[in-house]
Amino acid sequence: MTPEIGHFAIILALCVAIAQAFFSLVGATRGYVNWMAVSRPSAYVLFFLTAFGFCCLVVSFLTNDFSVLNVASNSNSQLPWPYRLAASWGSHEGSLLLWVLMLSGWMAAVARFSKEVPKDMLSLILGVMAIVAIGFYSFLLLTSNPFDRLLPPAMDGRDLNPLLQDPGMVIHPPMLYMGYVGFSVVFAFAIAALISGRLDTTWARWSRPWTTIAWAFLTVGVALGSWWAYYELGWGGWWFWDPVENASFMPWLCGTALMHSLLVTEKRGSFKVWTVLLAIITFSLSLLGTFLVRSGVLTSVHAFATDPERGVFILGFLVFVVGSSLLLFAWRAPKVGLGGRFSLVSRESALLANNVLLVVAAASVLLGTLYPLFLDALGLGKISVGPPYFDAVFVPIMVPAMFLMGIGPIARWKKSSVPELAVKLKWAFAIAVISALLMPFAMGDWSILVSFGLLMATWIALAGLVNLWTRLKQMSSGEGRTLLGSFLAIPNAYYGMLFAHWGVAVFIVGVTLVNGYEVEKDVKMSLGNTVTIGEYTIRLDALKDLKGPNYTGVEGSMAILVDGKEVDRMFPQKRMYNVQQMPMTEAAIDTGFTRDLYISLGEPLNDGSWVVRVYLKPFVDWIWGGAFLMALGGVLAVSDRRYRRASQDEENRGEKTASS
Amino acid sequence: MTATGFLFPFFIFFGITVFLWKGLSLNPKEVPSPLIGKAAPEFTLPILNEFDARLSNSDMEGKVWLLNVFASWCGPCLVEHPILVNFAKTSDIPILGFNYKDKPQAAVQWLNRHGDPYERVVLDIDGRVGLDYGVYGVPETFLIDGRGIIRYKKIGPLTQADVSEDILPLIQELRQ
Amino acid sequence: MIKKISLTVLMVFLVSNLSFAEEAPLLAKDPELEERVKAISVELRCLVCQNQTIADSNAGLAIDLKNQVRDMLRQGMNEHQIKDFMVERYGDFVLYDPPVKGTTMVLWIGPLLMLILAFWMAVRIVRRRSRGIDLPQSSEDAARARELLKD
Repeated sequence: MTPEIGHFAIILALCVAIAQAFFSLVGATRGYVNWMAVSRPSAYVLFFLTAFGFCCLVVSFLTNDFSVLNVASNSNSQLPWPYRLAASWGSHEGSLLLWVLMLSGWMAAVARFSKEVPKDMLSLILGVMAIVAIGFYSFLLLTSNPFDRLLPPAMDGRDLNPLLQDPGMVIHPPMLYMGYVGFSVVFAFAIAALISGRLDTTWARWSRPWTTIAWAFLTVGVALGSWWAYYELGWGGWWFWDPVENASFMPWLCGTALMHSLLVTEKRGSFKVWTVLLAIITFSLSLLGTFLVRSGVLTSVHAFATDPERGVFILGFLVFVVGSSLLLFAWRAPKVGLGGRFSLVSRESALLANNVLLVVAAASVLLGTLYPLFLDALGLGKISVGPPYFDAVFVPIMVPAMFLMGIGPIARWKKSSVPELAVKLKWAFAIAVISALLMPFAMGDWSILVSFGLLMATWIALAGLVNLWTRLKQMSSGEGRTLLGSFLAIPNAYYGMLFAHWGVAVFIVGVTLVNGYEVEKDVKMSLGNTVTIGEYTIRLDALKDLKGPNYTGVEGSMAILVDGKEVDRMFPQKRMYNVQQMPMTEAAIDTGFTRDLYISLGEPLNDGSWVVRVYLKPFVDWIWGGAFLMALGGVLAVSDRRYRRASQDEENRGEKTASS
Repeated sequence: MTATGFLFPFFIFFGITVFLWKGLSLNPKEVPSPLIGKAAPEFTLPILNEFDARLSNSDMEGKVWLLNVFASWCGPCLVEHPILVNFAKTSDIPILGFNYKDKPQAAVQWLNRHGDPYERVVLDIDGRVGLDYGVYGVPETFLIDGRGIIRYKKIGPLTQADVSEDILPLIQELRQ
Repeated sequence: MIKKISLTVLMVFLVSNLSFAEEAPLLAKDPELEERVKAISVELRCLVCQNQTIADSNAGLAIDLKNQVRDMLRQGMNEHQIKDFMVERYGDFVLYDPPVKGTTMVLWIGPLLMLILAFWMAVRIVRRRSRGIDLPQSSEDAARARELLKD
């Protein structure tokens, strides 16, 4: 009965979404207060129903109910329970249910935390989100129902793809979807602003935290995906510019631009039209990503099993949502007033340049991803566009953006000057150049690429330090605080910016040093053999048979020696999963602050020895460490007390008007 | 910005969706052959069941012929096999079997069990010749004309529609 | 006595055959050649895989193609000739680095063009804005701004 109850809950949820969309939107545009009052409670009901339905599916997985088609296709009785939980979103149907769960969650959050937003605006916002919801719930119910039964039930399931049986894969989709779907909030804010004509600094102030949280989640989601690929696939790579990876990266790039654009709109009232357009574009890229991953239009390791019928539905929905948003934009945007003006050298200009660079980068990634499709559709042949293209195009566009990261925070609003900036930053630049020239020698050979990468990273880091130092000085001597007092007085939003930018610097260090100095060795190892890599000597001491819950295999015991002394022991495995008969290599990775030692077992050879691949990857974890720092910056920015204080003020004011 | 300028994003989006729509009916994994219209690559390969004999593509000169890439381990080959068997009965166009990365014994057994539409079968045990022909998956079928030019390539199992709509008309054309 | 001698001989024989702390041989017979094979393989597409290079894939065709690349390098062919060989048989699809030709002009020039166009538009708008008057904000905006500044 559980699947049927879950199914029914989702059907009810669709009805609620339809009612919510109708009453919220008509109520807001006609001024019917009673109708508008529906929007907030219906958001809570929608979330409750969806969560309930989701739990029903999870219960089916956890209890091994193989009469449910989705469970039979993606799970197995031997599968450990955390992966049975993850399997509920491991398929196309299940992941869609996760999508609508996230969407309804965000809607409930908007309903809960928007006390300062006027009722009619809030109705518009929730109404727009409800329309998006209608699309996804109907898509789920009509073409991709996770609750379909399999009768007669299977004896056991086909198991979850072994590649997905991993903790990284358990949190990666939820984080990613929180980000993707989270951009629907700022999208709805933008549409509401266009419809109501109320596009101003307050609008930007409301939209910004929502955008930042979604962006932080997406950052974590993308980083987790990259890290998972690194340790799971066994060849040490971490980004392939695969269409599905690009599908999540493009919204990230535009989301980053959007955060910065919202900053300008909030502080200076400029870029209003551009910000609204960017909000629409960012969410459109989320929807486009959903289409690309599920329609079969592009080939990818990540793509779900595809079906032209589903592709048509999503495309139709995409055309409706994005098309009508862009038409609305074309109609209403010209009426939006202009904001404050600014000179060619100013913080606004720096942020505008940042936006241009990020959006052109996203457009280039889109161009490369869709180009094979363009040519094929025009009958002009079939090509592949892979990492050589994307690396060649993306990196040069990002370099000026990295340079600007040092300048933007220091430049003054409205009018700054090059000499003024030069004076403030000359030491940061000089030290950056010198250290960039010298640091490679500490790692090994000198190369211009490594040096340049390090230059960008140290530039960003030092410029941030200069910025912080200047601010601290201003607060302590200018306003008479102690150093500690100054630290504490600086708002969280500022630290958010600092951490996020330092996160980028850390990321660049990771990428530069790993590309420049990683070492790989493929050897044939018998018991007792050693292989030397860097300062480490690795010795194969034992091979033992392995039996896991749903796999068998072999595990090697490798001693790690430095100067003849054993410092560690690592256990790479080669597994064969029982149900899908799929061989998997579980690399043993020793994660360190300054390097990863990575050992993976290849194939056994006829003479009893094994092919073993060892990598020494310097600073590779700085790649994901940098990304997490960026996300942390986002969280810090959102936790700024002015948001809490503002909403507290509004609450107080609201209570006063309610009681009067 | 002029009023029409604001419509720019919409037009770009619309353009993209047209392509996405067309994309739904395309197969992104199908690799069209660059060899169509070019001379069939040279080969000289051993023949199944004929010890010491060799067949080379120049032996087929002057004839219009089909080259069918198959293997006993290939599932879809079984699906298309009846169509080939039927074709061999109803047409005088010779079909050369191209046994790809297979064991000759297994191929013999497979043909004994499922029928043999081939005039001769050549053995490409290491797949090197297949590489020259741009073979990347089995089954694949080539139509080669009297001058040794590849005129048509089918990737995947042959269907009756392929035979009646593509191959037979092309053979008619070539015969004139 | 004979037992002791035989045992000793046996021990010596066994110990001398133990590969204790012996350096494991590299998998590749010619590591330098392998480096070159890898450099080319990461740019060639595995045609039977879901978007992987022949370097990363263990599919039959991928291994065949890698062996082909190795053979051609041994024969003295250079990267350009090897890629041409592959393209002759499989078309441009096999290259992950799209060739620069008529049909890919838009692909290669596109990003730079977009960058120039975007910057030109941005500068134009900013300049035009600078020349104009500071538009007065609506009274609503001004009131809200005053409240914000109070924080």
